[in-house]
Amino acid sequence: MKFTRPETLYDTQTHYCSGCGHGIAHRLVAQAIDELGIRERVIGTAPVGCAVLLYDYFNCDIIECSHGRSPAAATGIKRCLPDRIVFTYQGDGDLAAIGTAETIHTANRGENITVIFINNAIYGMTGGQMAPTTMVSQITTTTPDGRDAQLQGPPIKVCELLSSLDGVAYLERVSVSSPKDVIKAGQAIKKAFQYQIDGKGFSLVEVLSMCPTDWKVSPAKALDFVNNEMKTAFPLGVYKDAG
Amino acid sequence: MNSTTEKLFIKGNEVMCEAAVRAGCRFFAGYPITPQNEVPEYMSWRLPQAGGIFLQAESEIAAINMLFGASSTGTRCMTSSSSPGISLKQEGISYIAGAELPCVIANIQRGGPGLGNIRGSQADYFQATKGGGHGDYRLIVLAPATCQELWQLTMNAFDYADYYRNPVMILGDGILGQMAEPVEPIPYKPIVDLPDKDWILDGCKNRDPRVIRTLFLRPSDALMKHNLHLQDKCHTIQTELELVEKVNIDDAKLVVTAYGSTARIARGAIQMARHKGMKVGLIRPITLWPFPYVPFLEATETAKKFLVCEMSQGQMIEDVMLACQCKRPVEFFGYGGGWYPTSEKIFDHIQAVYEE
Ligand SMILES: Cc1ncc(C[n+]2csc(CCOP(=O)(O)OP(=O)(O)O)c2C)c(N)n1
Ligand code: SF4
Repeated sequence: MKFTRPETLYDTQTHYCSGCGHGIAHRLVAQAIDELGIRERVIGTAPVGCAVLLYDYFNCDIIECSHGRSPAAATGIKRCLPDRIVFTYQGDGDLAAIGTAETIHTANRGENITVIFINNAIYGMTGGQMAPTTMVSQITTTTPDGRDAQLQGPPIKVCELLSSLDGVAYLERVSVSSPKDVIKAGQAIKKAFQYQIDGKGFSLVEVLSMCPTDWKVSPAKALDFVNNEMKTAFPLGVYKDAG
Repeated sequence: MNSTTEKLFIKGNEVMCEAAVRAGCRFFAGYPITPQNEVPEYMSWRLPQAGGIFLQAESEIAAINMLFGASSTGTRCMTSSSSPGISLKQEGISYIAGAELPCVIANIQRGGPGLGNIRGSQADYFQATKGGGHGDYRLIVLAPATCQELWQLTMNAFDYADYYRNPVMILGDGILGQMAEPVEPIPYKPIVDLPDKDWILDGCKNRDPRVIRTLFLRPSDALMKHNLHLQDKCHTIQTELELVEKVNIDDAKLVVTAYGSTARIARGAIQMARHKGMKVGLIRPITLWPFPYVPFLEATETAKKFLVCEMSQGQMIEDVMLACQCKRPVEFFGYGGGWYPTSEKIFDHIQAVYEE
C-alpha cells in the first residue's frame, strides 16, 4: 500500500502539539471518507475544543458548532439532507459534559449520523482541567490532588452508557496509541460511516487519544498512559453492533 | 364575502404555523412550554404533510442548534418558545447571528422573571431588542398586534431572514398566541427579491468546500472585520426596514405608544379619548428592532407628552425616551407579571396625564 495524504485532508500543517492524537484521528476519518468515495457528499461539524479548527484541515463542507451541540446541528443537517453523510467530531468535554443531553437524545433518536468521539481524559483546549472522562486519581488543573471518585464521581463510560439505547446501531471503543490500534481504529471509523451510508442509524466510535501537553508528559509517556491506564478504565471493543 | 374566499378561525399560535408552512418553512424544532404549545403540536402534523420536518427537541438548546444545522443547508426553518425557553436559546441565537444564518424564532412571551407565570407578558423586550445573547448582533424583531398581522408578518419574517441573512424574532405574547379570530389566509408572495443561497452546505460536489464559521481567530483583526460587516448590515436594515403604524397623530397633544396586544387595547382607549374631544394619537412600532425613532421625533412638534403602555415594568419606554430626545415628558403605564391592561384603564391614565 502506498502511503499518501488522503484527498479529504488539505496539504497543510496542523496546530496540534507533538504527540497529540487528534492528527491521527483526523487522518483516519479522512481516509475512511476517501475509501468510501463520499467526500463530495460529506458535511462535518467542528467542535469547541482543540479540534475547533478542523475546517482548516478537512477538504469537505464543515460547520463550526457551539460547545457540545454538534449532534443537534448534525441532526438538523441530516434531516434536511438525508442523502448526505454527516459526521460530528467531538472531545470528551464537548460530548460527555456540556453536550450530554444532545449526545444521548441524538443517539436515542437513532439519527443516521456518525460521531467521532475523542476521549483524551482532559480538557485540552482550555489548558488541562478535569473532563468527565478524567480517571480516578488523575491530576488535572482542577483536580490538583487527583480525581476523587467520592467528590467528582468516576469517569463516564460513553460506549457503555449509550449501549442501552435501542436507536444506536454501532458503538466501538478504539485507541490510537499503537500502530495495531491505529489500524483497528481506522476500520471502526470506516465501518461507522458505512453504517450511515446503509441507513442503519446512529454510530459512534470512541477514540482513546493522547494529550501529552495537558497530561504534562512526553509523547512517548502519553502512549504508555493510554496503553496502561486508559485501556484499563475504558476497555476497547465493540459495545453495540446492530449488524 | 366571496364564498370561495378561505377564512381561518384558529388560535394565533396556529395562525403563525400555517403562515410559516405556506411561506415555505420546512423545518421546525421546539420544546413544549405554555403558552405556545399549539405551535409544536400544529407543526407535528402539518409539516410532515407539507414534506417538511418536525422535531420535538430534548431542550430549547437542542432545538435552536438543530436550526443552526437546518439553516446551514438552506432550508427555511423556525423554532418557537416562551420566555424561559428563549433565555435558554440565547447562546445558539448568538451563533446563528454570528454565522449569518437565516431563521425565524417566535417568543410567545409569558410573565417573568424566573418560571414566572403562564399569562401573556411583554417583559422580554430588552432581551429581544438589545442582544439577549453575547456579542454585537441584532435580531430583526417583529411585533404583530392581531392574528391577521401575525399571518402576514410570519410570512415576511422568512423573507427578511433570507434577504438579510439574519435571524428574525416574532415577539408575540400569550394573549396573541391563545386568541382565535378570523384570518384571511393571504397567499405567500415574497416581499423582496430573494438572493441565491450560495453559501449553503450540501456537500462540495463540483465546487470548493464551504465552511460556516463562528470562530475568527486569525488574523487578529478577523473578528473585528466580521463585526464591522455585521454592523454595516445592521445599518442597512435600519435604513430599509422600519415598520410603524401611526393613528391620529397629526394634531395629537398626547401620543400613546404601545406594541403588540397592548397596542390593540390602547387603540380602544384612544377612540374613547377622541369621543371626548381629546387630541390623542397612537404610534405603534411594528418592528421593535429596528426601532422607528423618527416618527416619535416628528411627533414632538405637536405633542406635549407621550404615554407608553406595556405589559412590563417599562422597557420599550427607554427607546421612546431616546426617540423623543428629552424634548417632551414620557409617562408610563404598565405592570409586569402577567397583568393585562383594558381600554378603560388606559383611558383613565390618558385623562390623568392629558394636557390641552
Ligand atoms: C459554552 C462554553 N463553555 C465553555 C467553553 C470553553 N471551552 C472551550 S473548549 C472546552 C473544553 C474542551 O475539551 P474537550 O471537549 O475534551 O476537547 P479537547 O480540547 O480535549 O480536544 C471548554 C470548556 C466554551 N467555548 N463555551
Ligand atoms: S492540548 Fe492536548 S488535545 Fe490539544 S492539541 Fe495539545 S496535545 Fe492535542
